Amino acid sequence: MRKSLIAAALGLKLVFASPAVFPASTSPNAAWMEWKPGNDVGNIASLQRGAANFMGYCSGCHSLKYVRYSRVAGDINIPEEQMEKLLLLPGTKKGDYITAPMSKADGEAWFGKAPPDLSLITRSKGPDHVYQFLKTFYVDPKSVNGTNNLALPNTAMPFVLSALQGVQEAKFRTVERAVDGETLTERQWDSFELSSLGQLSPEEYDAFVRDTVNFLEYVGEPVKAKREALGIWVILFLLVFTGLAYLLKQEFWRDVK
Amino acid sequence: MGAVSDTAAKTGFRVWLNKRLPVDEFVDSQLIGYFAPKNLNIWYFFGALALLVFIIQIFSGIFLTMHYKPSELEAFDSVEYIMREVEFGWLIRYMHSTGASFFFIVVYLHMFRAMIYGSYRAPRELLWILGMLLYLALMAEAFLGYVLPWGNMSYWGAQVIVNLFGTIPVIGPGVVEWIRGDYGIADSTLNRFFALHVIALPFAIAFLVLMHLVALRQTGSNNPDGIEIKEKLGANGNPIDGIPFHPYYTVKDTVGVGVFLVFFCGVIFFAPTVGGLFIEKPNFEPANALSTPEHIAPVWYFTAFFAMLRAVPDQQLGALLTLLAIVVLFFLPWLDRSPVKSIRYKGILSKIALTLFVIAFVVLSYLGLQPVNDLYVILARIFTAVYFAFFLLMPWYTRIEQYKPAPERVTYHA
Amino acid sequence: MSDERVNADDIDVNRRKILTVATAATGAVGVAFTLVPFLASWKPSERARALGAPLEIDVSKLEPGQMITQIWRKQPIYVVRRTPESVAKLGGVTPNLKDPNSEASDQPSYVKNAIRSLKPEILVLYAACTHLGCLPKQYFTVADPEMGADWPGGFFCPCHGSRFDLAGRVFNGSPASANLRVPPHKFDSDSLLVIGVDAVQGAA
Repeated sequence: MRKSLIAAALGLKLVFASPAVFPASTSPNAAWMEWKPGNDVGNIASLQRGAANFMGYCSGCHSLKYVRYSRVAGDINIPEEQMEKLLLLPGTKKGDYITAPMSKADGEAWFGKAPPDLSLITRSKGPDHVYQFLKTFYVDPKSVNGTNNLALPNTAMPFVLSALQGVQEAKFRTVERAVDGETLTERQWDSFELSSLGQLSPEEYDAFVRDTVNFLEYVGEPVKAKREALGIWVILFLLVFTGLAYLLKQEFWRDVK
Repeated sequence: MGAVSDTAAKTGFRVWLNKRLPVDEFVDSQLIGYFAPKNLNIWYFFGALALLVFIIQIFSGIFLTMHYKPSELEAFDSVEYIMREVEFGWLIRYMHSTGASFFFIVVYLHMFRAMIYGSYRAPRELLWILGMLLYLALMAEAFLGYVLPWGNMSYWGAQVIVNLFGTIPVIGPGVVEWIRGDYGIADSTLNRFFALHVIALPFAIAFLVLMHLVALRQTGSNNPDGIEIKEKLGANGNPIDGIPFHPYYTVKDTVGVGVFLVFFCGVIFFAPTVGGLFIEKPNFEPANALSTPEHIAPVWYFTAFFAMLRAVPDQQLGALLTLLAIVVLFFLPWLDRSPVKSIRYKGILSKIALTLFVIAFVVLSYLGLQPVNDLYVILARIFTAVYFAFFLLMPWYTRIEQYKPAPERVTYHA
Repeated sequence: MSDERVNADDIDVNRRKILTVATAATGAVGVAFTLVPFLASWKPSERARALGAPLEIDVSKLEPGQMITQIWRKQPIYVVRRTPESVAKLGGVTPNLKDPNSEASDQPSYVKNAIRSLKPEILVLYAACTHLGCLPKQYFTVADPEMGADWPGGFFCPCHGSRFDLAGRVFNGSPASANLRVPPHKFDSDSLLVIGVDAVQGAA
């Protein structure tokens, strides 16, 4: 039996004999790829700070086109009087969607690529990616913006947070790696170093990014906290129902011998 | 208890009603008078559960159509509108997206049940074929539904699947254009997929479900021993090893429904995307004809077939082989030549073959989710071979192996 | 029975009944709870509520005797600047009115007066006849030839002939039985009318 299966497998293999060449995905896992924000969308204080960060540093270029100011204010407990001061961009009303003043055409003209809407960025890329992106900008004289990024190489985005983080230099080492019998020389990231401090200490900058990522994760699915809170009750109810149904089934099935 | 339910207790209204609509007669003959084998185990929950998921999908789907806009300009936004601005819209959408995956989980387990206990064997060949047609309709329904949110994976998934029709000799390119109604996946494609998804296929599925149930009622349920309870009748003409479907299996299925809903709601409320497995990450980006997602894979329930498709280094052969992988299932009733139906009494070869088949299906499903590389392609080829060997060698190994004779009566311990 | 089930004497009928009822009742509660999100999804969505936010109207450009129509929450709203003379006359025709003091009509309490307004000359009404919802037409001219010599100026509903005065009060002999409804409104300044927010009682 086994033999016949293997034989059959080989037979089919012969049918498919022409060799297929596929690129091997062998990029080594660098330490920054493991960085996680460890955020919690249930942390309202963090969301409030994150919202202020977003409105202060991101909203000039990035929209949250599916999100209304009033919804954000309601969800993260910002009273209506404060909302205008903290969140609203000039000329917007509280029921409006959060749209950046920059037009798509301007964005393309200035950066080569319009800044993307960030409503769903944590859902399509994951919060980890956004966190890593904001933490891995480094000085790169060869880049148009003067900075580059590890998580999103050659990003069109200038590092707008550099006043906060400071000037971050990346140290690379040269590594020789054998791939398919050939020796490749690669530049691998080794570590970061701040050559000049920004307004925030490294710890404060990290907290700043975490809060911002937390806010963006909330924005990706505003209902998440409510969903999980409701879910507990639903599951408890279903357990009671299932328990009753089980007792009922046992009772009737006593008949069956 | 039994065929005549409490005639004396019938009130005036019930008498009035039953003269006009045979409600009691239906319950008496189809539920109380339907004798199911008493040894049905947990594998027998999944038919009823499939019906439950179908009802959930219809119900949540109806409410989604009230807010969804089937147009290439509005579809993606309208899904986010449902998720964010319609009260409880998120819950209805997650019910539907989770329901799609659970439909396949339940149907795969249901099909596996049929395979282990030989439920496809005579006299249930047509029941099996109707079930297979249901499976095909469900695949089409799921694919069409997957396109509707108009995310980038929707778009490229539609692109890839529709292009499969292009492998048909001669007429292929024309057919692809005809399916899309444009020179690429477009508004017209989305519109017709929407119509098929919400009207045509649900009707087809409902009809097939009805036929499937009628056929089941005609032959009666198989059971884990794979023997016919109708062959051992008691003094009153009912099977000795049968018990009335109602109340015994209605209460038992209720337990199954409860357990199922715990899992179902667990996903809806705590992990609706299942880490990108039920709702894929690229589908949170709108359809973009200029940007293919880095790694295109269908949703998990199609990935076994997708892995086969990728394993063949020829477009036409690949499409043909994938088609055959499904078609071969239709012939199962005639490939199995064992004198016994249930795996309990079949020989070691059948057991090994079925185990290898399950491993092959699971591994292929896994491989189909992963980006391609050399090793995976070789693995996919091996397990594709295993998949087909299970069927093609079945007439041989089911005949030569040592089997145990099936018992006269069903095995049941209270 | 044919099969080998226990005979009826061994069955605890009460326990069966209780468990059946308990399971069925719990199931019914579950179904009822399940219906809630579906029914709730028909409520005005967040978008509808945002679009239904209060509406600001500058009434400074509105001439005496002129009317503008605005849409608020999908409903047409009439804003009329009445002439001082017509406001003065509103007390006089009381006997012909079904509900002169708006006792049986629908309006915010702060406009439940003879002229049915916050500011004497500015009248704000839902433009929906209280009979069956048609748009009443404006017939502001006193003794309008179409309306007869005793017509004091007001609204006429073309659908079924209901007549209203310049405070939206319904005349006797009309099929409508209540005065035209007044939406919640307030004035943020002399010229800025806000529809959709209630005036603070006594502040206007």
